[in-house]
Amino acid sequence: MNARRVRRRVVNGVMTGLVGVLSFLAVLSLILILGNLVVKGASSLDWNFFTKNPVPAGESGGGVANAIVGTGIIVGLACLIGLPIGIGAGLYLAEFGSGRLGWTVRFVADVLNGTPSIVVGIFAWTWLVKPMGHFSALAGAVALAILMVPMLARTTEEMVRLVPHSLREAALALGYPRWRTSLRIVARTALAGIVTGSLVGIARIAGETAPLLFTALGNLNFSTHVLEPMQALSLQIYQYATGPFDEWHRLAWAAAIVLMGLVLLLAVAARWAIRQRHGAAR
Amino acid sequence: MTALPIEPVATAAQEPRWRLLRGVNVGDRVYRGVLTVLAVTLPLLLLALVGELVVSAWPAIRRFGLHFLWSSVWDPVAGVFGAAPMIFGTLASSLIALLIAVPLALGVSIFLTEFAPKWVRQPIAFLVELLAAIPSVVYGLWGIFVLIPFLRSTVVPTLRAVFGWTPFFDGVFYGNSLLAGGVILAIMIVPYIAAVSREVLLAVPPSQREAALGMGATRWEAVWTAVVPYGRSGLIGAVILGLGRALGETMAVTMLIGNRHDIGLSVLQPAYTMAAAIANEFSEATTNLYLSALFEVGLLLFVITVVVNALARLLIWQVARGTAVGSRAL
Repeated sequence: MNARRVRRRVVNGVMTGLVGVLSFLAVLSLILILGNLVVKGASSLDWNFFTKNPVPAGESGGGVANAIVGTGIIVGLACLIGLPIGIGAGLYLAEFGSGRLGWTVRFVADVLNGTPSIVVGIFAWTWLVKPMGHFSALAGAVALAILMVPMLARTTEEMVRLVPHSLREAALALGYPRWRTSLRIVARTALAGIVTGSLVGIARIAGETAPLLFTALGNLNFSTHVLEPMQALSLQIYQYATGPFDEWHRLAWAAAIVLMGLVLLLAVAARWAIRQRHGAAR
Repeated sequence: MTALPIEPVATAAQEPRWRLLRGVNVGDRVYRGVLTVLAVTLPLLLLALVGELVVSAWPAIRRFGLHFLWSSVWDPVAGVFGAAPMIFGTLASSLIALLIAVPLALGVSIFLTEFAPKWVRQPIAFLVELLAAIPSVVYGLWGIFVLIPFLRSTVVPTLRAVFGWTPFFDGVFYGNSLLAGGVILAIMIVPYIAAVSREVLLAVPPSQREAALGMGATRWEAVWTAVVPYGRSGLIGAVILGLGRALGETMAVTMLIGNRHDIGLSVLQPAYTMAAAIANEFSEATTNLYLSALFEVGLLLFVITVVVNALARLLIWQVARGTAVGSRAL
């Protein structure tokens, strides 16, 4: 009897320790990745890196100014397309989504949410690149927008649903029409949540590479023309990391720091935005 | 400020609800119309996506039929295509990823919901979620220059010493391999599985725990005999959701798996995945049939991920009803 009690105690202790160690390992992988980024890339982050364009292969020096600007333009364009559709669809789901169409849209959003990004890439290729006859930043932005919309729709819906019913009823009782209630009272109240969802969505697409491979393609020169091929940070990292030159590898690490910094900034901003509203978030 | 309702209240009460809403205000109608159009773009998009994939893949589907699925010849010059090596590689790398990621992620979620002191829960959850924020291509970069050298110097010799007698660790290890791809996938899907299983465990009623503890169970016994079985279908759903992510993951795997059309038992050898094949070969597909074959690979990948994701959602909904699964995980 006593031996059994000891055994149960030991199992309890061992398993508690084990799940703790497993958690530590998961966090450790993050620390290792971020640590390596800083160690291998930080020394390359200088003025040239941010202001110069890539130099021909084999030469040293050069920067990724074109890729930084390119990522900005492509992601910005994707937001212009994706944010209105995603947030609008989310508002629809929350306000009128109880019927069959609502169910369908919700289901489709979940299906699209799990779609591999490379599949979205070849879809954008057939719809935009092939008819237009050339690669373009616009096609890349559309591909990213397609990735962003379903997620945004679902988070917006969830955030809007959190708004207490009494608020809506109060506005309606004061004679506000439904649409103004929805926009000025309900969406306004859920704004912090919607902003958070948008930031998370932007963070997610900012680092995407696969959908850009056959759409934005990449560009060695500085380009701001949205109907031409354009470089993006993620594409640049891919090219440099898989290339044969040490100089490229060095730049790849530095570019990865910039991309990671951008994504982390967005992620932290998202946390901060939700905290503004809900106090200590979950 | 606003005009009175046009219809008298008495008639309005007999009308169905939607008629009442429509009759009230022009702005309402416009608002609803605009939102409906925006919402309808999603189903239209899905239809267009599926339609386009099927149309583009049709020449290959007609030419090779079901043979495409189990033939392992991939010869662009001769115009013969079979996707078996990619299907194998996709499944094998995802399986390796699950073997590593499931204990890790379940450990994290159990630790965070049941054992961790309050003050570490939030930070650890945040850090694990950050793993999901790292772009795929950065994982690939890290994999090439940090993970593979580490595997070569430490992990592979150890694995060989212990399991060298099995066929799974045969051959020369060059770096890019099924093992490298699987390990990077594992790290990438941990946050997804952990986030969803944490939500599932939080949805388990406290009474389950309390009952077990009240009967004299240790804390671990309470978790293992009361909490985990209660959330079992949700936890399985979380794992399947992670599987869905692993199957469709492209860049990191493309950079690490070696990209060779081969089926082999050894995890130290290069392999190929469906997503990697598209990423690598799409721009060099010169003939229409070649392109079409790649579209069929894309279609297959799409169908598999949709089925896997649908299954995951159904399972998770059994425990944590109605949550927008996975969309909040960063």
